[in-house]
Amino acid sequence: MPYQRAETPTRIAGFSALLFITIVTFGAFLALATRATEGFAISEVLSDAYLGRIIRFTLWQATLSTLLSVGLAIPTARAFARQTKFTGRDSLLKLFALPLALPALVGVLAILGLWGRAGWINQLTGDLLSFSIFGLSGILIAHIFFNLPLATRLFLTSLERIPVENWRLASQLDMPSSSIFKFIEWPVIKAVLPGILALVFMLCLTSFTIVLTLGGGPASTTLEVAIYQSLRFDFDPGRAVTLALVQLAITVVLLAVSFRFTKTLPNIVSLKSTMHRPDAHTISARIVDAGFIIAAGCFVALPLAALIADGLSSDLPKLLSSPTVWRAITTSFVLALAAGTLSLTLCWTMLKAINNQNSLFAKLVGFASSTILVMPAIVLGSGWFIVLHRFGNVFSFAPLLVIIINALMALPFVHRILAPALAESTRQHNRLIAGLGITGWSRWRLIDFPVLKKPLALAFAFAMALSLGDLGVIALFGSEQITTLPLLLFKSLGSYRTHDADGLALILAFSCLIILYAAEKLSQRKARQC
Amino acid sequence: MRFILAVLAILAFTISPATAKPILTVYTYDSFTADWGPGPAIKKSFEATCDCTLKWVAIADGVALLNRLKLEGTSTNADVVLGLDTNLVVEAKATGLFEEAGIIAPTSKISGHWSDKTFIAYDYAPFAVIWDRQKMKNPPTSLKELVEGPADQKIILQDPRTSTPGLGFLIWMKTVYGDKAGLAWEKLSKRILTVTPGWSEAYGLFTKGEAPMVLSYVTSPAYHMIVEKTDRYAATKFSEGHYLQIEVAGLIKNSKNKELAQKFLKFMVSSGFQDHIPTKNWMFPVGKTTKPLPDEFSKLISPDKLLLRKAQTVAKNRKAWIAEWLKATSK
Repeated sequence: MPYQRAETPTRIAGFSALLFITIVTFGAFLALATRATEGFAISEVLSDAYLGRIIRFTLWQATLSTLLSVGLAIPTARAFARQTKFTGRDSLLKLFALPLALPALVGVLAILGLWGRAGWINQLTGDLLSFSIFGLSGILIAHIFFNLPLATRLFLTSLERIPVENWRLASQLDMPSSSIFKFIEWPVIKAVLPGILALVFMLCLTSFTIVLTLGGGPASTTLEVAIYQSLRFDFDPGRAVTLALVQLAITVVLLAVSFRFTKTLPNIVSLKSTMHRPDAHTISARIVDAGFIIAAGCFVALPLAALIADGLSSDLPKLLSSPTVWRAITTSFVLALAAGTLSLTLCWTMLKAINNQNSLFAKLVGFASSTILVMPAIVLGSGWFIVLHRFGNVFSFAPLLVIIINALMALPFVHRILAPALAESTRQHNRLIAGLGITGWSRWRLIDFPVLKKPLALAFAFAMALSLGDLGVIALFGSEQITTLPLLLFKSLGSYRTHDADGLALILAFSCLIILYAAEKLSQRKARQC
Repeated sequence: MRFILAVLAILAFTISPATAKPILTVYTYDSFTADWGPGPAIKKSFEATCDCTLKWVAIADGVALLNRLKLEGTSTNADVVLGLDTNLVVEAKATGLFEEAGIIAPTSKISGHWSDKTFIAYDYAPFAVIWDRQKMKNPPTSLKELVEGPADQKIILQDPRTSTPGLGFLIWMKTVYGDKAGLAWEKLSKRILTVTPGWSEAYGLFTKGEAPMVLSYVTSPAYHMIVEKTDRYAATKFSEGHYLQIEVAGLIKNSKNKELAQKFLKFMVSSGFQDHIPTKNWMFPVGKTTKPLPDEFSKLISPDKLLLRKAQTVAKNRKAWIAEWLKATSK
């Protein structure tokens, strides 16, 4: 294969980025471990029968949630890929990026607006069913609400990159829908499936607010809850580190399995991927697709509509004329912009340093940008707090810490969007680039940016939206000086101001939509003629 | 990178104002310093008397506050810590970071329950079950009725492992039921809609109409009456008595502004501070206020008996009680 070896500075930059991530994560573990209380014994933590029960429940709910979310996402993504022209498609897809950016608690309240005791479903049925979602069903519904749209978008990004030549071939051969799925779509889905499964699984594994709030009782407890409790309430750093390592070990095993099955995409050269699918307009395809799109659309959009309805009934003019709210909006955007930039820079630097998709470095990059998801924010935050407070007032480091940790937390998403796109573009353009000797800035300007601007913009928007909705990290370091929207929302909820919280949730959701919309507009702008 | 640095520079610049006056740093919890909380007004009235700058440092809640102190150790910047609850003081004392405040607390309704030389109470409220008049007719009038009542009328509780009201209710149950607490929890678990990580989630679910009852404070209905002008939510009086939450503040041993810190603690129990507690922190003041409490406060229930366990007892038994609760409710 005509791989073009990355130049030495690129390699060094990539290694440095990887090293940075490793230091940030393991530095926190080490710092916390030094604070383990006297008489702390790892064996005592691990031999606790309760831990076994937590692990079983954690794995059980995460497995079910993942299978349902991803299983439903495949036909939904396929439906969106086939039906490219219906009204509202773009808006619906933008809406699909929204749950990801909502703090879990806001999502939970939105879901209750639809499914809850006082929600729309129970209201419409006149309380006949007196339907209660608390328990495992609540956890599953919430996890599907958060992860189905994410998985759908990730699958769709891959499906949309299927080269137009394939569709031409399919047309010429008059392939039926089933063969198209088998020969064209499935190889693409199969290539990204392990990664998406692992991502969703990790998100459900570390779920905290959803599991506690909708779980219905302490029988529903995840490892993340135990970690949080041991640090937040018992202040037992030894126990917290041990539990976090157990969570990490589970993830490592899982990722190892998922990497084992990850295949690189078939090597096809495509000119452009405006596709014309031969199977989009049959009646059966339309009915099936409409079914999935409407079902998934309602599942995601109705809770969001409940959130909007509640938000609109709050005193929005009062909120929008409050300087505190505007300060929070500004702080949120500045932090999110910085975190998004850092996340994208780190990921890009690492990806560019990869010579060979099968090299150890490539695997380490994939591994590092995934496992970060199961590092509890409270462990990272507390660990770095211990390190940094020796150097002065921690509050002056707070914005930096918030940005770095948020950037790392966004890496798994950024990596999953960028890595396949960059690998494919490299395969397609390497011969040309090597032949013409284009390097450095010219390469970015002429090749990488124009070809990859769509995934780049999407990755950036996701990273920004994620940090915009972050509550875990900011809750540790926020202060009056640095108050973000989610923090202000939580503060309102913490002092009876439920209506203000509803309004702020709407403002937060709207801010995320603006980011996604801007990213899309920017990526659609024509590349400079060259 | 350059962009990030620029952003940081701006942030760093905006958060370090230069002042010549002495600065008193008070660590407290989040909602205390919110725009609508008592923090801003108290800052103003204290600064009018002290020729100093009062700097609030807000940390999520009482528990997080204590952990922040443990993380910072002797190098903490705090002069005063305000917002621990009585269940946390044993652990707080064990850090060795506090010293006796050197002030005399005013006599109040809770003087008989709490007199400590290090941690001075500044407000209190008994826990209570709040019920929704639109969703139920006959609320339970005792803890026993709550435990044994119909399973279709649910209550939302907080997790004692992650929240102070949750822990308060756990001790309440233990105080009333003693050895039979496990059994009582088993019965009650049928009525529990869900157990949330903190007070905010529970109260949010309650006001959204998810359940007719929630664990909160005797003072909660005052907020709804005064701010929202509604008497839809009320507290129900339990014949066994109500468990108390008392919020306290303490002086940091290593403080460089000890005199100023003591002055603040004295101010804390005076009307300049206490005036802002009832309608901004929605708790009962321990000291005298300039004006009598708003009429709405007289409509609140007044428990016949206030319960509070010794802080040492709670510290010693907390783990065992939580284990008992876990066993009984996760069947």
